[in-house]
Amino acid sequence: MHYTVGEPIQDAKAPEGPVEERWDKRRFAAKLVNPANKRKLRVIVIGTGLAGGSAAATLGELGYQVTSFCYQDSPRRAHSIAAQGGINAAKNYRGDGDSIYRLFYDTVKGGDFRSRESNVYRLAQVSVNIIDQAVAQGVPFAREYGGLLDTRSFGGAQVSRTFYARGQTGQQLLLGAYQALERQIAAGTVTMHTRHEMLDVIVSGGRARGVVVRDMVTGEIETHLADAVVLASGGYGNVFFLSTNAKGCNTTAIWRAHRRGAYFGNPCYTQIHPTCIPVSGEYQSKLTLMSESLRNDGRVWVPKTKGDSRPAHEIPEVERDYYLERIYPSFGNLVPRDIASRAAKNVCDEGRGVGPGGLGVYLDFADAIRRLGRDAVEKKYGNLFEMYERITGENPYEQPMRIYPAVHYTMGGLWVDYDLQSTVPGLFVIGEANFSDHGANRLGASALMQGLADGYFVLPTTVGDYLAGAGDFGDIAQEDIEEAVGQVQDKIDRLLSVQGDRTADSFHRELGKIMWDYCGMERSEESLRKALELIPELKKEFWARVKVSGVNEELNQALERAGRVADFFELAELMCLDALHRTESCGGHFRAESQTEEGEALRDDDAFAYVAAWEWNPDGTPVLHKETLEYEYVKMTQRSYK
Amino acid sequence: MAVTGAVMVLFLVGHVLGNLKMFSGPQAFNDYAEWLRTVGEPAVPRRTVLTLVEVVLAAAVILHMWSAISLARRANKARPVKYAAKRKNQASGYATHTMRFGGLIIVLFLVWHLLDLTFAVVNPAGPAGLPYDRMVQGFALERWWVTVFYALSVIMLGLHLRHGLWSAFQTLGVGNARARQGLSAGAAVFSLLLVAGFLAVPFAVMIGVLK
Amino acid sequence: MSTMNLTLRVWRQKGPEDKGRMVTYKVVDVSPDMSFLEMLDVLNDRLIVEGDEPIAFDHDCREGICGMCGMVINGVPHGEQRATTTCQLHMRHFNDGDTITIEPWRAAAFPVVKDLVVDRTSFDRIIQAGGFISVPAGSAPDAHSLPVQKDAADAAFDAATCIGCGACVAACPNGSASLFTAAKITHLGLLPQGQPERDSRAKAMVEQMDAEGFGGCTNTGECTAVCPKGIPLSTIARMNRDYLSAK
Repeated sequence: MHYTVGEPIQDAKAPEGPVEERWDKRRFAAKLVNPANKRKLRVIVIGTGLAGGSAAATLGELGYQVTSFCYQDSPRRAHSIAAQGGINAAKNYRGDGDSIYRLFYDTVKGGDFRSRESNVYRLAQVSVNIIDQAVAQGVPFAREYGGLLDTRSFGGAQVSRTFYARGQTGQQLLLGAYQALERQIAAGTVTMHTRHEMLDVIVSGGRARGVVVRDMVTGEIETHLADAVVLASGGYGNVFFLSTNAKGCNTTAIWRAHRRGAYFGNPCYTQIHPTCIPVSGEYQSKLTLMSESLRNDGRVWVPKTKGDSRPAHEIPEVERDYYLERIYPSFGNLVPRDIASRAAKNVCDEGRGVGPGGLGVYLDFADAIRRLGRDAVEKKYGNLFEMYERITGENPYEQPMRIYPAVHYTMGGLWVDYDLQSTVPGLFVIGEANFSDHGANRLGASALMQGLADGYFVLPTTVGDYLAGAGDFGDIAQEDIEEAVGQVQDKIDRLLSVQGDRTADSFHRELGKIMWDYCGMERSEESLRKALELIPELKKEFWARVKVSGVNEELNQALERAGRVADFFELAELMCLDALHRTESCGGHFRAESQTEEGEALRDDDAFAYVAAWEWNPDGTPVLHKETLEYEYVKMTQRSYK
Repeated sequence: MAVTGAVMVLFLVGHVLGNLKMFSGPQAFNDYAEWLRTVGEPAVPRRTVLTLVEVVLAAAVILHMWSAISLARRANKARPVKYAAKRKNQASGYATHTMRFGGLIIVLFLVWHLLDLTFAVVNPAGPAGLPYDRMVQGFALERWWVTVFYALSVIMLGLHLRHGLWSAFQTLGVGNARARQGLSAGAAVFSLLLVAGFLAVPFAVMIGVLK
Repeated sequence: MSTMNLTLRVWRQKGPEDKGRMVTYKVVDVSPDMSFLEMLDVLNDRLIVEGDEPIAFDHDCREGICGMCGMVINGVPHGEQRATTTCQLHMRHFNDGDTITIEPWRAAAFPVVKDLVVDRTSFDRIIQAGGFISVPAGSAPDAHSLPVQKDAADAAFDAATCIGCGACVAACPNGSASLFTAAKITHLGLLPQGQPERDSRAKAMVEQMDAEGFGGCTNTGECTAVCPKGIPLSTIARMNRDYLSAK
């Protein structure tokens, strides 16, 4: 394994003392910026999803000079918009025993003891304010006949703490943040640049002082300077090519920042979602998730015999294997995401998968329709059934759905301290782009919570503390700007000059397949070593054979993609390396060598209760810095869903 | 559009009620025509009220056309490059998409209609004829082409109203999602009744019920 | 089902200043399970390798919610499949041998950037004019302090599902943005939280819509018919009502 171990790293910002008092303490200790000075301080925010949109709006409202960027044509398009299920909050409106402490406890446990207690507790505290804020903005959450907010239990939680807006919670929350952002744009506190892609961070005097962006319409390479830079550019699930992410989601912003000195935390933690619509052919461009709630009434099965190609209705009951109910009698079809995903992979690996290529399992509603009636099923799942039929052309009322797991979320991301600041001073990272709150596995309805907690409540406080010292930041050296612009320009020139015979997408697809096969749901030393052999070879081939048509000085989607794929190659290697070094299984990281007799993930707390923060090393040998995780409140236990 | 349209709709209601007086015989109809001119007397001189109504109507027609023309110009400016593919209407039917064309037909008809039955210059009974005679002679069987033109125009008017009425409610902000169905159906029924009312007289003349 | 061979007539325009023209492409072996955009991906891959420029088109989530994709397919925005965005349209709705005409949204307020990509920032400016409720982070009262009638909440939600794709404008014979604007005015105007700014919001947003160069509404209903989220036409009546009473 090519890496070295460096000095341990510590989160120096989290206050000591009782966990419930830490955020209050930090807020009080945070230095304030004089309102008159705020106008003179510039903050750049990259990305306009829940985290970036809410952060830019809030910072603008506070009076900072904010410049916001997104690669889409409007800030409203960020992929937070696609989140379906809901958002958790410890409101305890149901009086069913929920509390901030319980949400904290569930999240630490759900993260398989690989997240920080301080961060998670703060997240649970702030969750309450998020709902208030969203409701005040006019987010149309589901309500009961009495006019109060409805909640549901989600992802196996024992309390009903998930607030939702039909199946479009992400959309509605994002539009709330988007509208707040547009309000600030109108007020002149935020300057918005759409169709701009960040290609590098400008670091000067040891601090992040600006960014290099490409205007995606004219191709112009622009520099924007500031006193602090906030990355809210989302996750990197698209390294697998096929994922539930939007097509444009990429790692470039955080990867460039990583190359400028920001450590990358736990890159291997990837969440695979069990209920997605399977791949239908080679041309497949993305995967579509269907809400997990389907597993509440649908029964998962495959034929008992290998290679049984009869249509579902011709397979008699006795020849069906309801494998989740068989292996996990107490949780059945409702086992957590990672377990359901891996079980599906296992039966498909045995050759019992259904549908094209044998990569699918049935999710059958026949029993539910018999039991509840078609109308009741339609009422609950009608829109999901429609979506399924639109994509597959099959009617799920008449034949079972086919589902297969797909990459959905990346828990890893740039390492940040309690203040959400990376190892580069002045470079803050929020939302899915950072590694912080979910540990090795994210619970359902927690991503929206984290994005908004970071953007509305945490970052505005901690950035202020940093900016209070702006007087000492000094000038930005011209050569630092030129160096960053030069690097960006070089890379574009290189991509355009290869003029080979393969498209960037074809390489991306191949890289994704390597990652899925060797660094996907189940990883082993052998598979990861194989991946670490294949990826550099493919990367070399990419730089020798990629074909990018057109020129830089125009809207050039081929060029945009090629640049992103180039960064995915580098990230992919780090992910495999991280996965290889972590010889335990935990949450979304399952190592074949580390499992219980029943085939469950087996943690190794003595050796691996740490965050792996990777430092970029230009010579190709990353440096591992370990941040030890300590659990004062939640006792480490092994999960069991038997 | 909506306000001027509403003025004209009110007029049409009065107009059709007046027309139906034809079925009460020549005396009733001619008296009604005379009453239109004398209404308001002796407080105001003869024809004062009628002239006022005529002025308001003329203004409504002009403003309605002006609104329509400026909407059409705005539409044209809002889409300077047209689609290459033939547009396929995805929504409501023929009525909605013939508002401009239909409006034009109605204006042409109006000119003829005024010349025929108001000024009677193209009417066989001539300007000197009594209103009832103008109607009977104007829609006589041998002048079937007049009746056909009249009928087509009135049907076009019905279509115009079928969309126009409902559209006016929309523009003035009347109704919600639930009321929408009702308003739309109401507009259809109203238009149908109006068309039937207007067509009753000429066809009655043609088949000889009125003579 | 077997694969199809199709003829595409696609609008190609190098940039905002270019005049643009329709170009014909043949695509072969199209699988009925492909999405419309995947069919274009395959064509684009071929074009790149052949040294041509790929057809530029906007897309992102590819699951019908971000609102970024949109093309006029055979004269109908997002194609003839109802309640479906372009990215969710699948090739099984076409037949072997078909000729498909693909054009960008056509509106003065949506100038073409390149090929099928248009600039929809006019929509953002309409929102900027008043499509929000003013509430700084941290100042909100407890969420349960303000009950909302379920009917109002549901109707607000129906309007709030707008994805801002612009198909309404593309379909409208007048090039009007009324459905988009009305959806936001209705969403916020139905909620108690939205009342303080209700009048000023309606006035400012309608005036901004007009200033952007969109056409006037003649209630043709084409917008609702092509809307992938089925935003109802009654929202426009509501917008007009709020606008008239705000004057």
